[in-house]
Amino acid sequence: MGGKNGEAKHPFQFMACWELREMLGRRAADVPELLEGLEEVPLDSIYFHTHSYFLRHPYIAGPYPNDFANWAAIQLRDRVLGERLAVIDPFEAGDLEALRNELVTILDDHLSHVGSVPRVVFGEFFFFMQSRILAVPAGIKVRTLAELREGLERVDASAIYFHVFDALARKGRRRSDFAVWIEDGLGRKELAAKFSAVNPYATTLERVRRRLIALCDEAERAGSAS
Amino acid sequence: MKVSLDDYRAVSPPGSIDILRRMAEKLRSRKVLRISAHRKGTGVAEMLERHTPLLQELGVDARWEVIQGGEGFQAACQALYNLLQGEEDRFTEEMFQQYVQTNRENARGLPLETDVVVIHDHQAAPLVDARPQEGRWVWRCHLDVARPQRKAWAMLRQFVVKYDAAVFSLPKFAQRLPIPQFLIYPSIDPLSEKNRELSTGEIRSTLDRLGIPADKPILLQVSRFHRFKDPVGVIEAYRIAKKQNDCRLVLAGSPAEGEAGRRILAEMELAAGGDPDVHIVQLPESAEIEINALQRAAAIVIQKSTREGFGLMVAEAMWKGKPVIGGFAGGITAQLIYEVTGYTVNSVEGCAYRIRTLLNNPDLAAKMGEDAREFARHHFLITRNLGDYLALLTTLLR
Repeated sequence: MGGKNGEAKHPFQFMACWELREMLGRRAADVPELLEGLEEVPLDSIYFHTHSYFLRHPYIAGPYPNDFANWAAIQLRDRVLGERLAVIDPFEAGDLEALRNELVTILDDHLSHVGSVPRVVFGEFFFFMQSRILAVPAGIKVRTLAELREGLERVDASAIYFHVFDALARKGRRRSDFAVWIEDGLGRKELAAKFSAVNPYATTLERVRRRLIALCDEAERAGSAS
Repeated sequence: MKVSLDDYRAVSPPGSIDILRRMAEKLRSRKVLRISAHRKGTGVAEMLERHTPLLQELGVDARWEVIQGGEGFQAACQALYNLLQGEEDRFTEEMFQQYVQTNRENARGLPLETDVVVIHDHQAAPLVDARPQEGRWVWRCHLDVARPQRKAWAMLRQFVVKYDAAVFSLPKFAQRLPIPQFLIYPSIDPLSEKNRELSTGEIRSTLDRLGIPADKPILLQVSRFHRFKDPVGVIEAYRIAKKQNDCRLVLAGSPAEGEAGRRILAEMELAAGGDPDVHIVQLPESAEIEINALQRAAAIVIQKSTREGFGLMVAEAMWKGKPVIGGFAGGITAQLIYEVTGYTVNSVEGCAYRIRTLLNNPDLAAKMGEDAREFARHHFLITRNLGDYLALLTTLLR
């Protein structure tokens, strides 16, 4: 619970991260091969293609927010499939296994509706990869909401990724590390709920950062007004 | 001039130098030996020359050694190089014996008792047969081995499988191997002569020296004059675009060696047909300032290769804030986010269409250039490459 003067007993330590990319040596040239791969690759590969995509694109979003959709639309030139895969929301899916299931279902359904199976002609194969995420202390410890806001402002974008995306996907939590600390450390349940409601998959890391900072500002303003 | 890690703070992503320093804390005093075949004159040598002092500054006990070999060894390595990249060549049993024996001899004089040994490319791959019991070994492949001659790859593979991990520059280069395979992109050094900021005066005087007026938008392709870079296709695309948009085309580079090089140069001159707005500029690879100035002066940079390794010229142009039109080949597709940082194209017509798109939409070109620079900042600078190596070392030494 929050301590004196809104100061948490235990500080929040920002962790940045670095992604080492591992190739699985497996590739797909058409939808059936993509489907087969999706069913068999480790969950860290699903994570790589749907989550760490955001770490690789902290400022600039590609046409679609995951590697599967981009590959289908750009390399395979199956725009319908690209659009269907793009709209998948990992935030709603819950965990990586559920996300895998949803991806498989879409591909399966798509295959049952297309007359012929398109294959990569001029484009590139889909190469299955997986992530190895290394956590690195960012050198910032905070005890108050104002300090958290300042930390959010200046920390490396990978820390936003680590505490939001990695916490949700790989640690299997329903809330980001920030939301957990705001509730448990600062005792601010309502603000924690607002942090939890931010869907990080809808935008870029930098916009997630801006949104979280805005929530801190709103909370500070509400606090000083009351 | 000695460059320090802190010199990169101004150009690398904010906070990234601090992250590198923290990542390196766990690797302090660890011994890392990197072995390659050349001290100078190759991209790998250039990279190692810049990397090694930076790793040392981070506290890693990094060394770089080079293997030695006679003419027979060099010939064997050259043949293997061609075969691994899918070309035709001969690699005889005698060459194989020479290749292995030279590595055996080198192994005796190298300090292989170390925490991590990283072997660069095929020349020194058989050194793994001399690995001591302790220590982790990595094979770092810089070659395009997407379509190797199978016999050559099978021969090399017998050594590669004895390593603890392999590193490739693109996913498409990965092979079926029983060891982990990691992806590390090559990188550019933003502080090198080829990539550092230039003043307007430096750019203008370089263009003057090369005889290129800056009176209309410049389209630029920098590459060796080789069939795989499709310089004639670039001239054809320029011609189509020129019907609607006045512009200049600069093809800068050096001819490929031998008869093939002379032939392609002749084809380029024929295709240019005396057009005063087409400039074929022969430059040695050492002309770093000239290449830098040309890239900075260009409105659009083209890399219309039909076959390519990683194609770091694309990252160089992106770093200079230029939208790039690239062929659908090699690492170009990894560097260009379609419609965001540039365009990949599959034909002369596609290239011409995108030239027009960008020349007719200067705001779009400027935005693409900005995004390209940011993308290059995060993915293709030497600081990113250093971080990937630190992550790799950390993973291996866990």
